[in-house]
Amino acid sequence: MEIIVASAIGVLTAGGIYLILRLRAFPVILGLALLSYAVNVFIFATGRLKVNAPPILRDHGDAIYTDPLPQALVLTAIVISFGMTAVLVMIALGAFLEADHDRIDMTAADTAEATKKETGA
Amino acid sequence: MNDGGGLLPIIAILPFLGALVPGVMIRAGRTACASFAAIPTLIALVMLGTLAPAVMGGEVLHAEIAWLPQLGLSASFFLDGLGLLFAGMILGVGLLITLYARFYLSGDDPMGQFYAYLLLFQGAMLGIVISDNILLLLIFWELTSLSSFLLIGYWNHLPEGRQGARMALAVTGGGGLAMIGGMLILGNIAGSYDLTDILGQGDAIRASEWYLPALILILLGAFTKSAQFPFHFWLPHAMAAPTPVSAYLHSATMVKAGVFLMARMWPVLSGTEAWFYIVATTGLITMVLGAVIALFKDDLKALLAFSTVSHLGLMTMLLGFGTKAAAIAAVFHVINHLTFKAALFMTAGIVDHEAHTRDIRRLGGLARLMPVTAAIGTITALSMAGIPLFNGFLSKEMMLEEASHTLWFENPWIVPVLATVGALFSVAYSLRFIFHVFGGPVRDDYPSRPHDPPFGMYAAPAVLTLLVVLIGVAPFLAEPVVTMAANAVTGADLHPHLKLWHGITPALFMSMSAVAGGIVLLVLHHPLDRGWRAAPRPEAKAIFDAILARLVAVSNSLTAGLHNGAISRYLAIFVVATVALGYAAFTGGGLAAATRPMLPVPPVAVVGWLMLVVATALVVVNHRARFKALVLIGVIGLTISGGFVYLSAPDLALTQIAVETVTIMLLLLALHFMPKTTPAESGTGLRLRDGAIALVAGGAVATLAFAFMTRDFSTISDFHLANAYKGGGGHNVVNVILVDFRGYDTYGEIIVLGIAGLTIFALLEALLSGPAAARLRNTDYSANRSRDRHPMMMVVATRAMMPIAIMVGIYIFLRGHNQPGGGFVAGLVISIALLMQYMASGFGWTQERQRVEYHAMIGLGVAVAGLTGVGAWLAGEPFLTSAFGYVHLPPIEEFELATAMLFDLGVFLTVLGGVMLMLYSLSRISRYAGETVNVGPMDFDPSQQVPSEKREAE
Repeated sequence: MEIIVASAIGVLTAGGIYLILRLRAFPVILGLALLSYAVNVFIFATGRLKVNAPPILRDHGDAIYTDPLPQALVLTAIVISFGMTAVLVMIALGAFLEADHDRIDMTAADTAEATKKETGA
Repeated sequence: MNDGGGLLPIIAILPFLGALVPGVMIRAGRTACASFAAIPTLIALVMLGTLAPAVMGGEVLHAEIAWLPQLGLSASFFLDGLGLLFAGMILGVGLLITLYARFYLSGDDPMGQFYAYLLLFQGAMLGIVISDNILLLLIFWELTSLSSFLLIGYWNHLPEGRQGARMALAVTGGGGLAMIGGMLILGNIAGSYDLTDILGQGDAIRASEWYLPALILILLGAFTKSAQFPFHFWLPHAMAAPTPVSAYLHSATMVKAGVFLMARMWPVLSGTEAWFYIVATTGLITMVLGAVIALFKDDLKALLAFSTVSHLGLMTMLLGFGTKAAAIAAVFHVINHLTFKAALFMTAGIVDHEAHTRDIRRLGGLARLMPVTAAIGTITALSMAGIPLFNGFLSKEMMLEEASHTLWFENPWIVPVLATVGALFSVAYSLRFIFHVFGGPVRDDYPSRPHDPPFGMYAAPAVLTLLVVLIGVAPFLAEPVVTMAANAVTGADLHPHLKLWHGITPALFMSMSAVAGGIVLLVLHHPLDRGWRAAPRPEAKAIFDAILARLVAVSNSLTAGLHNGAISRYLAIFVVATVALGYAAFTGGGLAAATRPMLPVPPVAVVGWLMLVVATALVVVNHRARFKALVLIGVIGLTISGGFVYLSAPDLALTQIAVETVTIMLLLLALHFMPKTTPAESGTGLRLRDGAIALVAGGAVATLAFAFMTRDFSTISDFHLANAYKGGGGHNVVNVILVDFRGYDTYGEIIVLGIAGLTIFALLEALLSGPAAARLRNTDYSANRSRDRHPMMMVVATRAMMPIAIMVGIYIFLRGHNQPGGGFVAGLVISIALLMQYMASGFGWTQERQRVEYHAMIGLGVAVAGLTGVGAWLAGEPFLTSAFGYVHLPPIEEFELATAMLFDLGVFLTVLGGVMLMLYSLSRISRYAGETVNVGPMDFDPSQQVPSEKREAE
C-alpha cells in the first residue's frame, strides 16, 4: 500500500510541476490543483498509513487509532487551498481582462521596458 | 543581574529617545532646538558621572535585561575602564559638537534633522562601548554605519555628500558584515556571546583552529571602520559632511570604534604572531601613508582627514605590538588625539565659515585677522606635530619608544625608521597647517574678509585646547584615566607614570630628527608639491568606483539570468534547487533501515491508483483541452477522497469531496471568461526540459514519502487521543484538535479564508472599475450561451434538494464533535446547496432573494469564533480554552453542549461566507458581460403558460 500512495504522490507532483511550468494561466492553475493534492496527501501520509483505524474514539479500550494530527492539518489545508485557487483564478482572470492575453510571463517588450526603467532611473 | 549598573540601559536608550525631540523643537527656534538636543547628552553624562567613581575604583558594572536567554540574546551592558573612557569621550565631545553646530549651521540647513541624526549616531556609538553582549554590540555597530551615512550625506544636495556617504556606508557596512561572521565564530568558540565571558577565555580562543578566521573577519570590521589601509579612502571622501560631523565622527567616535574594538578584544586576540603581523603592519603602513598624503592636501579638511588616517594607524600599530606598554600608549593617544583633532576640525570649520574657503593656497595671514582662532589652531596643531608641552608629544614619545625596540621579521630597523618617517611627515603637515593658514602676510583676496567668530563658536575648541595644554604640561592629571582604561584593555594591574622628560632615550633622538626633518620638508614644500602632483599615483576613488561598477555589472547579469520576469523560470530554478538540496540532505543524513511492515494492497486500491495515474497523465497531455482537463481533475479529486476513506480519514474524505465540488464550479465559472484556447507555444526542447524536471521532482517526492512511510516515528498525537474525550469532550479527535487543541491555528486559518474571500471581492471591484469592464461589455459571449439557461427540471430538483441539503449540512455540523463532520464540511455542504440555486435560476434572480451579505457572514464567523475564545478569559482560563457539559432535556436523549461547538459555528459561518463570496464575486463578472436577469425562476414556466392557453381557448 505504501508504494501505491508514494507513487501516487510522485505522479501528482510530477504532473503538477510540469503544468506550473507552462506559459499560460490555465495550465498553471491546473498544475497548482494537482500540487495541492500531492502536498495534502504527502502531509497526511506523514501520520503513516493505517486501515480501519479512524481517529474516532470507540468504547473498547484496546482500539487502534491512526494519527489524527496530520489529518487536522490537512483538513484546513484542503479548505485553504481552495481559497488560494480562487484568488489565483481571480488574478489570472483580471490579468487576462486587462492585458488581453493570459501569458504568465512578461513578454519581451515588457522585459525591455522594465529594464529601461531600472537603468534609466 | 544588576550589580550597580542599573543606569546603563537608561544611558544607552537616552540618545535614541532624545533623537525624537529636536525635530519638534526646531519650531521653537534654533537655540531651543540645540538646547533640547544637549539635554539627553547632558543627562547621560551626569549618570555616567555617578557611575565613574566605582569604575575608577576598579569595579566592573553590569546590567542585564533578558530577552531570549536560550539563544544567548539579552540586552546586557557593562561598564569598565575602557567603556567609561569612550563613553565619556562620546558624550563630552557630543556636547561640545552640539554647541558648535548651533553656530556653524546656516539658517538654510534643517537643524532639527541634524540633531536627530547626531543623537542617533551618539546612541549607536554609546551602545558599542557599553554593550556586554556581542550580538547587541553588532547591532549598535551597524547602527553607527547607518546613522553616519545620514550624517555624512546631510547636505544631500551636494553630489560629493551623497557619494561620500554611499562610499562610507559601503566600506564600513561591508566590514560590519565580515565582523558579524567573526563575532559569531568567536561566540561559538567561547560558548557565550557575553563579552565578559569571552574576555576570560583568551587562551582557549587563541588555541582554537577557528582563531585565524575569526581574527581576520573581526579585523576587517575594525580596519574598515577605523579607515586602515587599504580601506582608508572612505574617510577623506566623508569630509563632504558638515564640519561638526567631521569633528565628531572623525576625531572622537566613528573611526575610533575600530580602535575601541581592537582594544576591547586585545586580551583575547592579541599576543599571537598573526595579530602582530596583521595589525602592527597595517597600522604602520597606514600611519606613514596617511601622513605623506596629508602633506600634499590643499583642502584643510582633507589634510586633517589624512592626518586622522595616519593617527589611527598609529593607534592600531600600538595595539598590534601586543605589549602592555604599547597598550598604555595607545589608550593615552586615543585621549590626546581626540582633544587636538576635534579642536582642529572645528578650527578648520571656523576658517571655512569666516573666509568662505578651506583651500590652503588661498589662505594665509589669518593670525592677524582672527587671533583667537589662530591661537587655538596653532596650539592644537603643535600638539598634533608632537611638540613638547602639548599632549600629542607625550603619547608620540611613548609610541616612538615602543617602536624603537620592536623587531619586524627579526629586523630591528624597519619599524623605528618608518615610525620616525611617519612622525616626520606629521610634523611637516602640522607646521604647514600653522604657517600656510595663519602665518604669512595678510592677503586681500579672501573670498570673504575673515574675523573671529562669536564666543559660542570657538568655546568648544577652546575647551579642548585647554585640555591639550593641561595634559601637555601636567601629564599626571591624565594618569588615573589612562591607568583605568589601560587596565581594562590589558586586564592587568598597571601603574603607568606619564611624564614629560624620560631622559636621553632613542625616542628623544627619533623625535628630534622628526621635528628637524619636518621643518626641512615644509621649507621644501613647493618643489615637493610640484613633484607629487607630477608623479603618477593610484586614485582610490577611481579604483573603488571601478570595483563597484564591476560588482554591479556582475550582480545585474546574475539577476537578469535568474530573474528575467518569467515565472516559469523562477519556478524551474526553485524546483531544481529544492530537489538538489533535498538530495543533499537525504544522502547526507544516513537513512535508518525500514522498520514498518507494508500494508497489503487490495485490488480496489490498484484500480484507484490506476485511475489516478491515468487521469493525471491525461490532464497533463490534454491540458489544452480545458473542459476535459477539468473533468479529469474531478476524477483525481474523487479518487483521493476514496483513498482517504480507505486509509482511516473520513473527515478528510468528506472535506475533499465538498471542496472538489466547489473548486470545479469555480473553475467552470472562470473558464467562461478565460481565453477559449491555450496556444501551444513551448517548443519540444522546453517541454522535454520541463518534463525532466517534473519527473525528477516527482520521483524525489515519491522516494521521500516512501522512505518515511516505511519507518516508525514518535508522535505527539497520543496526547490528543488520550485527552480528546477527557479534556475536549469529543470523540472525533480530528475535530477536537481543530476546535480545541489547536483552536488558535484554526482561528488563524478561517481568518485567512475570510481574507481570501475579501481579496477576491476587492480585486473584482478594482477590475470592474478599470478597462476590463469596457472589454467585458464589448465582448459578445452570447454565442456560447445555452438557449435554456434555467431548465425547469433543474430548478425543480434543486428546490427539492435545498432543504434536504441544508438538513444534511446541519446534521454534519452537529455531529462533528463526535463523528466525522464539523464546521468546515458543514460550511462547504451548505455552500453547495446555495450554489445549486444560483446555477438553476441564475445569479441575479437568486441574489435578489439573498438577504445576508457574505461579507457580514465572514465577519460574524470570525467574531463568533473569537468571542468564544475570549469567553474563556471570563472563566479565568487562557484564550480558546473550551468547556463542555451534558444536558438532559426530555423527550430528547441526553446530549452534549460544548463551547467548542460555538467556535465551530464561527468556523462554519466563515467558511460559508468566504466560499460564497468568492463564487459570488466571480459570477458578478457575467453581469458586466451583458447577462440579463430573468424575472422568473426558470426560462419556461408551464404554470404561467396555462392560464393564457385557457384564455385563448375561450
